[in-house]
Amino acid sequence: MTNLSTKHLLGIKDLTADDIHLILNTAENFKDVINRPIKRVPSLRDITIANLFFENSTRTKLSFELAEKRLSADVVNFAASSSSVKKGETLIDTVNNILAMKVDMVVMRHPNPGAAVFLSKHIDAKIVNAGDGAHEHPTQALLDAFSIREKLGNLKGKKIAIVGDILHSRVALSNIFCLQKMGAEVMVCGPTTLMPKYIHSLGVKVEHNLRKALEWCDVANMLRIQLERQDIKYFPSLREYTMLFGLNKDLLDSLAKKIIIMHPGPINRGVEITSDVADSDQSIILDQVENGVAVRMAVLFLLAGRA
Amino acid sequence: MMKPRIILDSKHFEITVTRLCYQLIEVHNDFSNTVIIGLQPRGIFLAKRIQKKLQEILKKKDIKCGSLDITFYRDDFRKKELVPNRTEIDFIIEDKNVIMVDDVLFTGRTIRAGLDAMLAFGRPNDVELLVLIDRRLSRHLPIQAKYIGKTIDSIASERVVVEWNESDGKDKVTLLTNEN
Repeated sequence: MTNLSTKHLLGIKDLTADDIHLILNTAENFKDVINRPIKRVPSLRDITIANLFFENSTRTKLSFELAEKRLSADVVNFAASSSSVKKGETLIDTVNNILAMKVDMVVMRHPNPGAAVFLSKHIDAKIVNAGDGAHEHPTQALLDAFSIREKLGNLKGKKIAIVGDILHSRVALSNIFCLQKMGAEVMVCGPTTLMPKYIHSLGVKVEHNLRKALEWCDVANMLRIQLERQDIKYFPSLREYTMLFGLNKDLLDSLAKKIIIMHPGPINRGVEITSDVADSDQSIILDQVENGVAVRMAVLFLLAGRA
Repeated sequence: MMKPRIILDSKHFEITVTRLCYQLIEVHNDFSNTVIIGLQPRGIFLAKRIQKKLQEILKKKDIKCGSLDITFYRDDFRKKELVPNRTEIDFIIEDKNVIMVDDVLFTGRTIRAGLDAMLAFGRPNDVELLVLIDRRLSRHLPIQAKYIGKTIDSIASERVVVEWNESDGKDKVTLLTNEN
């Protein structure tokens, strides 16, 4: 296997297990590259990539931009807040105008689920989904898988608990697909109101008690409460949520085994996770960020390499 | 049908590697300021073989040998499928004399990429090229090897296959010609 089975990265759902292995293996080589004194390779020298962010982002945008620059691609950035989208231009028109300036790949984040799929059907460029609404965030799932694999050696048979706002999280959905394809067992944990209605159809375990979930798992991925997506109240108060689903040091230390703590960021310290847990030696939150650049380099490299 | 012709058998293979080592010693003496870098994937077998032989001849253990992967530096990326390998250079090449090693010198494009890739690790004092087989009529770039195991005249449609004891069970170089 030296080539991806897909032309775009729209979601983990479309990838095969071989694709994911290929991306993670290639990312290992890039992790090597970004730890050298000269962190840049000329692979994508003749490629132009547009980063279209119709929704706010710090980590993902920076991470993609760094990945692109370290592959020597030409990069153009676009943020919806300062563009003609505000003047009423449609998504296709905006993107077609950018493509008319000869862009080869588009990295897009958009608040609407399916925006990346929609775009891939209408325009002639390779699309990388950097998050579409509450649907998928494939590169986050890949970097999470990479980080777990780096720590535990293998994903097969490992138990991963995803804790928090499952309903509004694209990270949760992409992670579930990715981890299951790699042979890991997945449990989701959170209040009933923040569970999607059809969660059982994904073949994951569902738990509403944080302690039970943590006792079961090898890795806990703590998600942020996405208040910006919550149109109604899903729980009485943040304080109550923290008491029931927040991870603190006492709880962590009372577990029989040392589990790994992950968080896709941004962290709300003191809500889903306390500072002493986020900064503890069991946390690999900053490794995730470092690995994010390597994984995104691998994705861009492999997609650009496809004829 | 490809018709094979043996260019080096295991006996000549051994003689050739030994001769290359003595040629290196002539120039680099005790290798105190010289390092060997093999190009992934097939150049590392020759690099390791030369390192081992040099250590035997010079009776010293610290001849440095690394491997360099050039996948991300190639100019034919997107024209064919490429699989990256590991780069392992656990020494400093700044101001060192570097001997770059590959099995077959064909178009010269691999070496061009190799030079590019090496610069990410520092600025060597001097770079020389050593190859087992030089297909001298097929060059696309002005690149020549300083140390050559064997020079052959071949056309582009022919293939040179280098087999190694380590990976293929025997040391052998064969030229495959397309028979119509």
